[in-house]
Amino acid sequence: MYVAVKGGEKAIDAAHDWLAEERRGDRAVAELSVAQIREQLALAVNRVMAEGSLYDPDLAALAIKQARGDLIEAIFLIRAYRTTLPRFGASAPVDTADMICDRRISATFKDAPGGQVLGPTFDYTHRLLDFALAAEGEPGVSEGEATAPAPGSADSGKAPHITEFLNKDGLIEVEPTSDDTPPDLTREPLEFPANRALRLQSLTRGDEGFVLGMAYSTQRGYARNHAFVGELRIGTVAVEMDIPELGFAIEIGEIELTECETVNQFKGSKTEPPQFTRGYGLVFGQTERKAISMALVDRALRWQELGEDNQGAPAQDEEFVLSHADNIQATGFLEHIKLPHYVDFQAELQLIRRLRTEATAGTEAGA
Amino acid sequence: MGIETRKTYLSLLAKCPAPRLDGLFQALALKRDFDWLRVPEIGGVMVRGRMGGTGAPFNLGEMTVTRCAVRLSDGVVGHGYVQGRDKAKAEQVAIIDALMQTDQATGVDEMILTPLAKMAAEERARRTAKAAGTKVDFFTMVRGED
Repeated sequence: MYVAVKGGEKAIDAAHDWLAEERRGDRAVAELSVAQIREQLALAVNRVMAEGSLYDPDLAALAIKQARGDLIEAIFLIRAYRTTLPRFGASAPVDTADMICDRRISATFKDAPGGQVLGPTFDYTHRLLDFALAAEGEPGVSEGEATAPAPGSADSGKAPHITEFLNKDGLIEVEPTSDDTPPDLTREPLEFPANRALRLQSLTRGDEGFVLGMAYSTQRGYARNHAFVGELRIGTVAVEMDIPELGFAIEIGEIELTECETVNQFKGSKTEPPQFTRGYGLVFGQTERKAISMALVDRALRWQELGEDNQGAPAQDEEFVLSHADNIQATGFLEHIKLPHYVDFQAELQLIRRLRTEATAGTEAGA
Repeated sequence: MGIETRKTYLSLLAKCPAPRLDGLFQALALKRDFDWLRVPEIGGVMVRGRMGGTGAPFNLGEMTVTRCAVRLSDGVVGHGYVQGRDKAKAEQVAIIDALMQTDQATGVDEMILTPLAKMAAEERARRTAKAAGTKVDFFTMVRGED
């Protein structure tokens, strides 16, 4: 138990002053601007937006600067800020089929209609340190910029979802359509059993490392479900919302998303014929490791609705997964044990001393 | 003016970069006598997605939005909804929305909306051309044992 303590105000102020000084680092080195972080550390910004559960690149960049690059601390700052915002409403569900794709690949169909577009990927790089970057040179302009697009070019950057092609043959389960208002774990405490909407909300803001570990465990055999990446796409979608004072919907912005659809084996059940099943990942920003992980864990957590066996694997246990996926909850509870617990510990000390005295007395009496 | 026209330009304005809008707005030196119906306020909108891209909705996370409403001296009302935290931009959008309902509409359209739409289309074409430059064809190799 944590008991309030008094005092230490001067020391705390001094500690915070020193923190600000350390944050700035060597003053002989130019200070980082928030815009530099937003533009040049974009994948860190994306992670903070996804797990902070707030799409605002400028705020995420500011949080990273303030947190000295500690991303979980930055996510904490964003979560705290988020709670101060009045909620204007909810958007219409984004239409990812209408995404303008920077990247769109399929591991299942070589000749995917719409083509395989690699986009700005780390894939196929050699993972060798590039010392040219340390020389502070400007990178050259890539091919795409040099070739000016033809006016009215046919390539709109849009492409149909690949799993829809399997859907036409009835080889993959159909997503039940609905327009029900989904539950919101930022408004109602998470309770179990959770439905898929809550699981997806929890996973998309969950810790990347934790969700990755859970997903990896399914690949290694703990509730193995043979996932193929049917499609992975990264790009921008418009966000549309009904504006009551206008009486119609307008686009209130545009966000970058990563979407992953997995195609998984399914032997069939008493009610369903053998067919492919789906796992789904959708995450703010260019965050493909997280989106693939989310899709694998989503699929593992669906065992019950698909009539599969509970293998007792951690990734099948929604209470285990969802209760531990949130890095702000986790770090809050974990880090609080470093704060003063003096009264608590005094009680423990007294107990140990008493037990030792009793044990020693017992030994002497027995001798 | 039809709903579609208004929807199109409000969507364009919500998404355009603030400095670009500011440049065009200042250049036009618009008359800006107005009363606030709603002073600019920053808030969040919960963005939703669909399971599997097509199924039931779920909550993805929030985004920041700034909104306001103005009334011109002749009583015309304009609304501003923009992405991010930018009260000045929301104000400019609300004024433009109001002016689009007045006899200044043609000028505002020509000097602000048309250039913004053109720049947005060019930017999008540049990006899709870049993506098209990374389009690949994978060939499946014949394996030795086959």
